[in-house]
Amino acid sequence: MGEPFLRVTAETQDHDASRRRPVQTLRVKMVLLGSSGVGKSSLALRFGKDQFRSTSPTVGCAYLTRMVHLSDVSLRFEIWDTAGQETYHSVTPLYYRGAHTALLVYDISRRETFVRAQLWLKELEKQYIPGSTVIWLIGNKGDLSEDRQVTEQEGRILADERNLFFTETSALSGDQVTELLLMIAHRVNEHMGAQQGGLSEWRGTSCVDLHQNNNIKPFNTCCKM
Amino acid sequence: MMDGGAHTHRATAAWDSSSLPVPVDHLRSMRAESPTPGLVEGTEPGAGQRSTMFIHAQSFEDLTAEAEEEALRAADTAGEECAAEELKALIEEKNIQEQHKNHLSTEARTREEDVSSDAWRSHKKHVFVLSEAGKPIYTRYGTEEALSSTMGVMMALVSFVEAEKNIIRSIHTDGCKVVFLTRSPLVLVGMSQCCRSDKELLRELNYIYYQIVSLLTLTQLNHIFQHKQNYDLRRLLAGSEYLTDSLLQRLDRDPGLLLSAVTCLPLSSNARDVVSSSLQAAKSKSLVFSILLAGNQLVALVRKKDQFLHHIDLHLVFNLVCSSSSFREGEGWTPICLPKFNTAGFFHAHISYLEPASELCLILVSTDREDFFNMSDCKRRFLERLSVRSAYQALKEALKCPSYSVDQVGIPELRHFLYKSKSSRLYTSPEFPEVYQSYEEQERLMVLYQDLHSCVTHPTRPLHSFYRCGETENLLARVTSGFELYLCFTPLSTKAMAVSAVTKLLKWIRKEEDRLFILSPLTY
Repeated sequence: MGEPFLRVTAETQDHDASRRRPVQTLRVKMVLLGSSGVGKSSLALRFGKDQFRSTSPTVGCAYLTRMVHLSDVSLRFEIWDTAGQETYHSVTPLYYRGAHTALLVYDISRRETFVRAQLWLKELEKQYIPGSTVIWLIGNKGDLSEDRQVTEQEGRILADERNLFFTETSALSGDQVTELLLMIAHRVNEHMGAQQGGLSEWRGTSCVDLHQNNNIKPFNTCCKM
Repeated sequence: MMDGGAHTHRATAAWDSSSLPVPVDHLRSMRAESPTPGLVEGTEPGAGQRSTMFIHAQSFEDLTAEAEEEALRAADTAGEECAAEELKALIEEKNIQEQHKNHLSTEARTREEDVSSDAWRSHKKHVFVLSEAGKPIYTRYGTEEALSSTMGVMMALVSFVEAEKNIIRSIHTDGCKVVFLTRSPLVLVGMSQCCRSDKELLRELNYIYYQIVSLLTLTQLNHIFQHKQNYDLRRLLAGSEYLTDSLLQRLDRDPGLLLSAVTCLPLSSNARDVVSSSLQAAKSKSLVFSILLAGNQLVALVRKKDQFLHHIDLHLVFNLVCSSSSFREGEGWTPICLPKFNTAGFFHAHISYLEPASELCLILVSTDREDFFNMSDCKRRFLERLSVRSAYQALKEALKCPSYSVDQVGIPELRHFLYKSKSSRLYTSPEFPEVYQSYEEQERLMVLYQDLHSCVTHPTRPLHSFYRCGETENLLARVTSGFELYLCFTPLSTKAMAVSAVTKLLKWIRKEEDRLFILSPLTY
């Protein structure tokens, strides 16, 4: 998986492609889950604006969008960055319901967040149909490797066992973040992209109804195939 | 030190005025050009012209709580002594302030602070929250773990008095007050070293209580403690302590919380009308309140017909928005309980800044938790309308001078003032002048205002007017059924000057009221 190649696909080539012919834009619902303070919002901010800022804890949920252009299709990531605090756990299902991709984030310097990520996984597994959601395990705060409590090996083993994708990132330095987003884009496109019909098309700023969005659940379209 | 000619009236008068319904409409025609202090409620400068935005009567629980307290005071023969002590304390207060001035600058929370240290002991004001089982939930300074035995003692005190079918209200010691507030399933304890009245401390504890309820709802709180009495609530509140911290700072600094009122961004009435009507037009079925804020100031508020917002709820929203940076990065969507509206359920608030670097924050309060995209669309429609009608530019211009100088009033001795219209629950205040530029000085002035406030709103012996000479400033408080006015003068001014300044200031506020207040609030 050569990163330079991905980057080229994403930026230069696709830009020309979009000029040549209208590229379909598909909506991808992405949700970030994990304990409080593992860097979900920082990752989301990196995804959205490629910036880093230390923020106060997320209240409820924050919604951001980010376009990713692949060679044959554009993906509009609708990112739901949830609050890690337990106060808001009761409403979190609202955000991960119908998600096409879920990012389980933990902090490599805090073991309890790794344990928590596994609980989130259990929670998610109750909801999703295998193959319809791309689940990515993310060990964040790679910059704190001196205080590491969870080895990369452990993360990888867990991911392999449960059939997840795995990456270690640093939202602080930006290490692996852009790469991660592109990898996710490719995986999502492969699993439920245009051919599979798992994603709905995005049409400008027209009013979008959440209920409508939920009707297009991955498994509905699976049946059509 | 004190003005002997202060008027008092009977005990019930303290909340007579605030429990009055929405001002009577026929009084509208009586808006005088030169308002006199004897104005009737509803005709004072700043009074809304159609209806008010805020709930008027205090909620039932507040009324009964105060009535209970009064009954208790009446029964208490030692009450008189207390009052005398309070007056004495007022005079002594300055010295104490000096002593504690040093601590003001180190107000920033130090969680790791050693609770047995002198530094911890000497904090001006402590707030503790515990469960009825005596489990620590929140402390302003230090960590809850380190204070578990102290909180155990507090709970023991509460239950000891309760066992005698009585309620502990406060403990007064030399230069220190401890106030207890039991709001099942929580117990709140406030400790203050500045000699404020119990009522002021209680008001603050109530705010903290509502802050916690706004995160969880009372229903959920009760549910948790019914199932598990010794539940550690900190688990649920972890990560939200900063909200309580910042609310406590606001309580020390924000006159709005003291006056139970909200201040508006000065804006020409034309521009404000366009903003309000744009908000009104961007409606949706589930939308209950649309609120546009600029920092700590209200720009516009549109509400569903027959639904009123309580100023406490609005202050909790202010606190949430101003102390969380997370809304800057995207559109926020969060459950929020507005405890004065309904303690049982959550609203869902769409919170976003109009532009990333802008001060303007739009809050759309909806009843439907699935309505995010609808709310997002409401915001888009609001922005579209605003830009089309070029009001956005006017609004941005107004943001450049969000305050005004007291010099505009044209009273040379006047340094600063707080003016609150009782019927609209809006207040106005100029920026702090040169002498009160430092954080410490501003907080000191706030303490002085708080003292005036507690004298004019005293539950049993409220004053109509109160003049106080000090070494650094002279103060006058004036209260009628229509307004509350607190003025701060240079120390060289006289009482006669102060009294004549009231009329002049009222006249000025009347002239500027279109700009300083929201006179015609809208509904969907």
